[in-house]
Order: sequence, then C-alpha cells, then structure tokens
Amino acid sequence: MSQFQEKTQIIRFEQLSSDIVRLTLDSPDIASRAKPGQFVMVKAGEGRDPLLRRPFSISQTSNERHFQILFKVVGSGTSILAHYRVGEYLSVLGPLGNGYQVDCDDDNCLVGGGMGIAPLLFLGKWLVRVCPQNPPLVVIGARTAAELSPLVKDFEELGLRVHTATDDGSLGHHGFVIDVLKTINLGSSSRMHVCGPYPMMAAMHLFCKERGLSCQVSMETHMACGMGACLGCIVPSRKGVYAHACSDGPVFDAKELVWKVK
Amino acid sequence: MESEISGADLSVSIGGLRLKNPVMTASGTFGYAKEFEPYVNLHRLGAVVVKGISLEPRAGNPPPRIVETSCGMLNAIGLENVGVDRFISEKMESLQAVTVPVVVNILGDTVNEYREIAERLVDVEGVAAIEVNISCPNVKKGGVAFGTVPEMAAAVTAAVKKVSSVPVIVKLSPNVTDVTNIARAVEDGGADAVSLINTLIGMAVDLRSRRPALANVIGGLSGPAIKPVALRMVYQVAQTVSIPVIGIGGIETAEDVLEFMLAGATAVQIGTANFVNPRASEEAVEGLARYVTEQKLISIREMIGALVLS
Ligand SMILES: Cc1cc2nc3c(=O)[nH]c(=O)nc-3n(C[C@H](O)[C@H](O)[C@H](O)COP(=O)(O)OP(=O)(O)OC[C@H]3O[C@@H](n4cnc5c(N)ncnc54)[C@H](O)[C@@H]3O)c2cc1C
Ligand SMILES: Cc1cc2nc3c(=O)[nH]c(=O)nc-3n(C[C@H](O)[C@H](O)[C@H](O)COP(=O)(O)O)c2cc1C
Ligand code: FES
Repeated sequence: MSQFQEKTQIIRFEQLSSDIVRLTLDSPDIASRAKPGQFVMVKAGEGRDPLLRRPFSISQTSNERHFQILFKVVGSGTSILAHYRVGEYLSVLGPLGNGYQVDCDDDNCLVGGGMGIAPLLFLGKWLVRVCPQNPPLVVIGARTAAELSPLVKDFEELGLRVHTATDDGSLGHHGFVIDVLKTINLGSSSRMHVCGPYPMMAAMHLFCKERGLSCQVSMETHMACGMGACLGCIVPSRKGVYAHACSDGPVFDAKELVWKVK
Repeated sequence: MESEISGADLSVSIGGLRLKNPVMTASGTFGYAKEFEPYVNLHRLGAVVVKGISLEPRAGNPPPRIVETSCGMLNAIGLENVGVDRFISEKMESLQAVTVPVVVNILGDTVNEYREIAERLVDVEGVAAIEVNISCPNVKKGGVAFGTVPEMAAAVTAAVKKVSSVPVIVKLSPNVTDVTNIARAVEDGGADAVSLINTLIGMAVDLRSRRPALANVIGGLSGPAIKPVALRMVYQVAQTVSIPVIGIGGIETAEDVLEFMLAGATAVQIGTANFVNPRASEEAVEGLARYVTEQKLISIREMIGALVLS
C-alpha cells in the first residue's frame, strides 16, 4: 500500500454552515489511490501548538486528482484549518486506514450522523459507479437542517434518495436516524456502512445484531500518528484486547468490537 | 537506494556501535520501522530503536491513551507490545532488512525479567544494541521505578550487561531529584551508554467532563515542551559520566540535534516529531550534513560537548 506525505494546495474553500467547512485539495497521489472510509492526517498551521496532525475522513475524490475533507470546527486545530484560503498549502499524510468493504450483491445502506457523513459521501459516489444496478440507501442525520441540508444535496446530485433526521426536527424526521431505519423494510442481505457519534454506532450495532444484518462502523479515536506507530488509537476488540483504529480500522465489523452501552 | 549525503563526516560511535550519523529514532515513536517506510529512507538514519519489548505480551492501558497539551503530548500507552518471543518471530525479519543498526528497547517488572529478555535476544541476528528502559515499576519493590533508585538501576544494568553480547544503553528517567546519581550508578553497573530523557510524568484535566484526560489519569509528557528539561539533564549527565550520552526530548530538527550535541550528547533520538513529520529524522540528517559542510567541520564529532561557557 502506498502512502504519501505532501504539501497539497487548497483549490476550493466552502463554508457549508456557520461551523462546517469543506476543503478541496489538489493531490493526484492521494486522490487516485484513496478508497472510501480511508482518512488523512492534516497539520493545522506550521507551528508547534497545536502540535499533532488531525485525522479527517476523505469525503470525496474527483478526477483522480482532487480530494475533499469536510469538518466541523470543534477546537484549536479545526479553527485554524477553517481560516485557510484558496491557494494556500496544507501538509497532508495519506491515504490511511483500511476503508469500507463493499460488495455489489449486498443491499448497501449508508447510515451517518453529523460529521460521520463525510466518508459516506465518498462511499455513495463509489457505489453509484461500481454497482450502478444497485444504488445504496442513504439515511443521515445531524443536529439541525443547517448542518444537514448541504450534504443531502450532495447525495441527491448522485441520484440517490436520502432519508433524513434532525435532533430539532428542522429537516426530515424529528429524532434519530435509527428511528427512520426502523420504518424501512430492510432485506436480509442489507449491509450497513455506519459512521457517526459513538452512541449512534453502538445503537446501530444492536439494531443490526437483532436483525442479523451486517454492520460496518468507522471508529473515531484520539490519534497521534495515524499510521500504527504510537499505539494511541485503540478500540476494545473481541480479537485480542484492543484493535488500532488507524491501522486495523478505522472501519470495523461491529461484531468484532466490544461496545459500551450506556 | 539513494546515495549518501555529500561527503560530510557525520559518523559517531556509541559504546562500540558505529553509527553513520547521530540521528536515531526513539522507542515507541517509530513502530517497528516498517510503518515509516513509505515516508523515510530508513537507510539514511543513524539507527532505529524499536518499541519497548517485555517478556510476556502486554495489552496496555485502556483508552484514551493520548492527549495533546501545549507544544507536547501526554501518553499512557502502558507499554503495549507483542512480547519478546513474537517480537523475534514476527518483527525481526523486516528489521533485518534495515541496513542501519537496530536497537531493541526492553522493559520488565523484575531484574530477572530484564535479564531473561536480554538472554532471548542473544544471537538474534540484526540486534545491534539493547536499550534498557528503567522507567518501569519494580513489582518486587512496591512499584518504585527502577530508574529512581541508584542501586536498582545499577542492578538491572549489571544483569542485562552480564548476558548481552551487544552494547547496552540504559535509558534514564527524568522523574528523579538528581539524574546524575542514577547515571553514575548505571555507568558503574557496566552500561556502555546512557540515553535520556524518557517522558516526564504529567497530567491533563478535561474541564467539560471534569475527568482526567487520560484513562490512566497520569501519563508521560513528550515533544517540544520538554526540550529545555532534556537539554539540562543531558548537560548534567555528560558532565558526570565518561560513557557516551544519547540526548532525547523534543528534538525535531538538525538545529535541535546540534544543541544537544553541544550540551554533550554523542547521538540523539527523535520521538514525538516522527508523528508530526514522519520525515523528521531523515531531514535532520540532511540538515547536519549541510551544517558540517557550511561550518567547514572535519567531523560532526567536533560538536560534542563544545558548548561555549564563558
Ligand atoms: C479516522 C477519523 C476520521 C475523522 N473524520 C472527521 C471528518 O471527516 N470530519 C470532522 O469534522 N471530524 C473528523 N474526525 C474528528 C476530528 O479528527 C476531530 O474533530 C479533530 O481532531 C478535532 O481537532 P481540534 O484541534 O479542532 O480539536 P481539539 O482542540 O483537539 O479538541 C476539541 C474537542 O474535540 C475532542 N476531540 C479531539 N479529537 C477528537 C477525535 N479524534 N474524536 C473525537 N473527539 C475528538 C476533544 O476531546 C475536545 O473535546 C475524524 C476522526 C478520526 C479518528
Ligand atoms: C507514544 C509514545 C510511546 C513511547 N513508548 C516508549 C517505550 O516503549 N519505551 C521507551 O523507552 N520510551 C518510550 N517513549 C518515550 C520516547 O522514546 C522518548 O524518550 C520521549 O518521548 C521523549 O522524546 P520526544 O520528546 O522526542 O518524544 C514513548 C513516547 C511516546 C510519545
Ligand atoms: S494513531 Fe498512532 S497508532 Fe493509531
């Protein structure tokens, strides 16, 4: 597998909502090799504070040359990244991690919450291309319509039908994505590709377990290196005690993990 | 393989181990080297030091294990590793392909465990030196770290030295009142070199949740934030012992390396910087070569301990 450490130029900057930004980066090396579910490690600023790179899912690629990251401003690193402008360069490491496993014979279902929707956009685009006869079902949720609408539009541009849920009811179902899924008749060959906040993924694991459905989740952890060197990014696993989110994941079969249900 | 960098003489010698340049990678920050192959030409480094190995496999601490702090990071990995037997059977093969010296970092709960790991590494092809991490609790002595009591530090050193056929580097803990006492003790115990510093014990609190940021509550601080402490300790130890000193702590660039050499280090290790810039070690080597050429030095060794004090 090949990974790259590159200075990539920002060729597009989009402010999708008050605190959500999308950057399009120019990197043929990364864009042409990336698979849905993989991520990059990005250095915010040149200085030593913040020191470590930050992980972001690759949320789309185009022309084998550009890729996008989509992020919400939550702290020091993301607020610095939100101040970059077109033409400036960002140091990026990637593509990293394993990515989602896809099979066109499955009824693929993309289930995302909040920024967890980022990698699913890439996966949706991939599935539309690779499995044109069997387009995926998309169920995504966020806090409010302002956060969700721009992403719904992206899926719709792919020709996909999108089911939505928001915490405040401002778009789609008032509540959780899992409530929406419960109203859909899911075939036994459904495969869930999930990314979102931990409680949502834990609930999806139970949902799929009860129905005997396959469930892949993308795990978020604190990462220092993103490439299997620091051993910081562990998730409790049934295979051995811990798995490493950056090198064994970030995508796991939900059954292989140990879930903490609150 | 790329050609060697210019003609600058960067070679140094650590207790009989010849390095083509003074830049090593620090244990626990460079995996088993393979992880860095996409980014770094490993053959250009002085040496690589692998993740700490114990007698039995260790699962390590629960998450979260890392948290960033100002200009640094705290880690409580808990010495997760595959154990010495699997290390030899699974990891050594790819390390044998690395043409620079490979230093194996070891750790234990008892003096006997250290000795036993060192014994199993005897005659393993590709092990150029052993680095002994003495920042671990001695379970037979109520969990006091070996590296904080001169007698215990000396005992571990002597036990490993007795069975090893390769140079033994003892890695010192900074979490002591006077590091020179420990350095003297391990020199007397037979160490071929000392390396310092390991991480400084620290803590971070997440105000929002009112919890410690690390599941283990306390962890080891590393990165640029610890460099002044590391430099001070390297300086003091280099004044005290006559064996080579390997400087560690917050090193990122060739300038950092040179500062540690002025303070008395014969070689250095780059740790946390590998996470931020996987090419940091190779870039430091390139920077050293430029410096030697620009300053018209005959050898980089002229820098060792050449701090101007008056
Ligand atoms: C594989 C992977 C893919 C990711 N993809 C995306 C993405 O596509 N879009 C996106 O917006 N975010 C994504 N994240 C999360 C993103 O990395 C964090 O939001 C970011 O690191 C925060 O950096 P900061 O400096 O702004 O925040 P900090 O100042 O570091 O922290 C602010 C707050 O966020 C928390 N935090 C920090 N890092 C993480 C983390 N990794 N996971 C959960 N909480 C964290 C901190 O505990 C703190 O409460 C991903 C994380 C991983 C591991
Ligand atoms: C994530 C991480 C894991 C580490 N693991 C080990 C280890 O297994 N054995 C050891 O002797 N030192 C270990 N260290 C300490 C480093 O080798 C080094 O002494 C320390 O980080 C200071 O150098 P730095 O500031 O360049 O990182 C670890 C450090 C970090 C950050
Ligand atoms: S982030 Fe460093 S090992 Fe996974």
